[in-house]
Amino acid sequence: MLLESIAFIIATTLMYSAPLIFTALGGVVSENAGVVNIGLEGMMTLGAFVGAAVGYFANDAWIGFLAAGAAGGALAFFHALACVTFLADHIVSGIAINFIGPGLSLFLSRYFFDGATQTLSLSLDAKIPRPLNGVFEQNGFFDMVFNQYATVYLALFLVAFLWFILYRTRLGLRIRAVGEHPKAADTLGINVLRIKYLAVITSGVLAGFGGAALSVAIVSRFSSTLVSGQGFIALAAMIFGKWKPVGTLAACLLFSSAQGLTVYLGRGDLQRMLPMPSQLLATIPFLLTLAVLIGFVGKSRPPAADGIPYEKE
Amino acid sequence: MKALRVLFALIVLLVFALSSGASQLSIAMITDVGGVNDQSFNQSAWEGLQRAEKDLGVKAAYIESRQDADYGPNLETLLDAGTDLIWGIGFKMADAVLEASTNNVDQKYAIIDFAWEKTPENLIGVVFKAEEASFLVGYIAAKMTKTGKVGFIGGMSFPVIWGFEYGFRAGVAQAGKNVEILSQYAESFTDAAKGKSIANSMYQQGADIIFHASGGVGDGLIEAAKEQGKWAIGVDRDQNYLAPDNVLTSAMKRVDNAIFNIAKELIEGKWQGGHTVSYGLAEGGVDIAPTTSKHVPAELLAEVEAVKARIIAGEVVVPFSKETFASFEVK
Repeated sequence: MLLESIAFIIATTLMYSAPLIFTALGGVVSENAGVVNIGLEGMMTLGAFVGAAVGYFANDAWIGFLAAGAAGGALAFFHALACVTFLADHIVSGIAINFIGPGLSLFLSRYFFDGATQTLSLSLDAKIPRPLNGVFEQNGFFDMVFNQYATVYLALFLVAFLWFILYRTRLGLRIRAVGEHPKAADTLGINVLRIKYLAVITSGVLAGFGGAALSVAIVSRFSSTLVSGQGFIALAAMIFGKWKPVGTLAACLLFSSAQGLTVYLGRGDLQRMLPMPSQLLATIPFLLTLAVLIGFVGKSRPPAADGIPYEKE
Repeated sequence: MKALRVLFALIVLLVFALSSGASQLSIAMITDVGGVNDQSFNQSAWEGLQRAEKDLGVKAAYIESRQDADYGPNLETLLDAGTDLIWGIGFKMADAVLEASTNNVDQKYAIIDFAWEKTPENLIGVVFKAEEASFLVGYIAAKMTKTGKVGFIGGMSFPVIWGFEYGFRAGVAQAGKNVEILSQYAESFTDAAKGKSIANSMYQQGADIIFHASGGVGDGLIEAAKEQGKWAIGVDRDQNYLAPDNVLTSAMKRVDNAIFNIAKELIEGKWQGGHTVSYGLAEGGVDIAPTTSKHVPAELLAEVEAVKARIIAGEVVVPFSKETFASFEVK
């Protein structure tokens, strides 16, 4: 019973966190290169739609997943164009992206799906695979914990990969240099514009993956309310995680496990022992995150040149 | 130049003639932000209006609202176009419709999914007895469960959704078997991941059929049913197409029938404003989905029809709240 409860909370945590991790890592990449990206929500929404739509027509979620990354990256290109080339305010451009992403998704959805604002469902076989499906006994401890969609494992792997890139490679050093002090980086011969473009487009690709991790793994279709705010939660997780991959992972897991706990505490048998209004229960993830933020996370500092347009002299 | 002017005058005349010449009744609806193809109540409303156009010869039209701020201007547009009856689709439009109806007392208005305590004479509110359809799916669930446990997932905890829950509970009780009901509210209408984890939790606790009244949250339920090979019960429209092998039935709201009926009343001169009509099984306002026969055996369907007839006859009064449920007796 206890073991099962723990397994359930872990399983929910992993399921819930995958889209957040992808998207928040996108934020990490972009902001480490000095470009604030509040457009994650819009990129994620477009990714969710493109992933589900392409996945549906190709009858293969992986193709949809890759297309979602491409779509997110394409949208991010415009963010880079505005912020890096035309020195626009990053917040303003990000807000525009957040209007364009969902708007474009709905428009395309209406166009390709007979006027509907949601796509049609992928069959279970066409979805992202669950590598360990059927290995363990159904709904047993190991099945609950490890029988996850491939996107979950991919997201976790990506955290390690991004950490390696950012802190153990020349490219990572350059990205961080551009985010901390673009002028110094520039005088040392780093192509600041190119690094920024690369980082912003990568962040769009990751946010697109995040959206697809929702639309073709957690569920199997896009609907207009699917993303509703998860991009912003990812953004918060990135800030909470101090703009670092591992910290961001921890923040995503914390928030997701609180969601798992909420669902767990809402169970009928527990409600009889510990009655709590469902409205109050639903605030747990947010309260917990706030409490941890105040109590345990010290001062968080963004990259020094984050959000400041860089003009070459 | 002169020829152009004549042509222009002709076009203006033609447009005038076309717009005012028709003597048939015109009925138009304003969608909420979901748009006319939302696969939900807006679409259903438009289908009803199209049916009225075909069968009753009214002139049907719709305007889509892109955002909440569009409701007022859209109401104005239809007023200026000389529409006989203007429909607002969805409770979100309640304030705008009420304001328009008090400002233009000669114009007829109606709204889906809203009831006022005091309704102006030129306005009709239409609500649905969702509890009656929920009762029927509850009855089916209780008869079909193999584990003796069924689940209910609510969107947010407020009276409209309680109607679904207590109707469902009463239907389960009506089946006369010892069936346990797990119930949980997601406090969201959009969080599909949360819906999926609640559904997983219920399936793990042994439920094998789960009913939802939770909008987009239900996408998660249907996904969980697919993955675990269990049953889900849809809501508002026939959701079987989302998972043909796993959606057992759906508690449907027939907005189309309501729209059609009121169009008919208008044509027959029986229009009566100033009150709220509530559409239940008797009026064809709610029902179970046509695809129910795919998975539910014929004998059980016949039983359901019998129960339905008793509700329509008023022998069984379906509860819609905690209080009415407490005094509900299986008859």
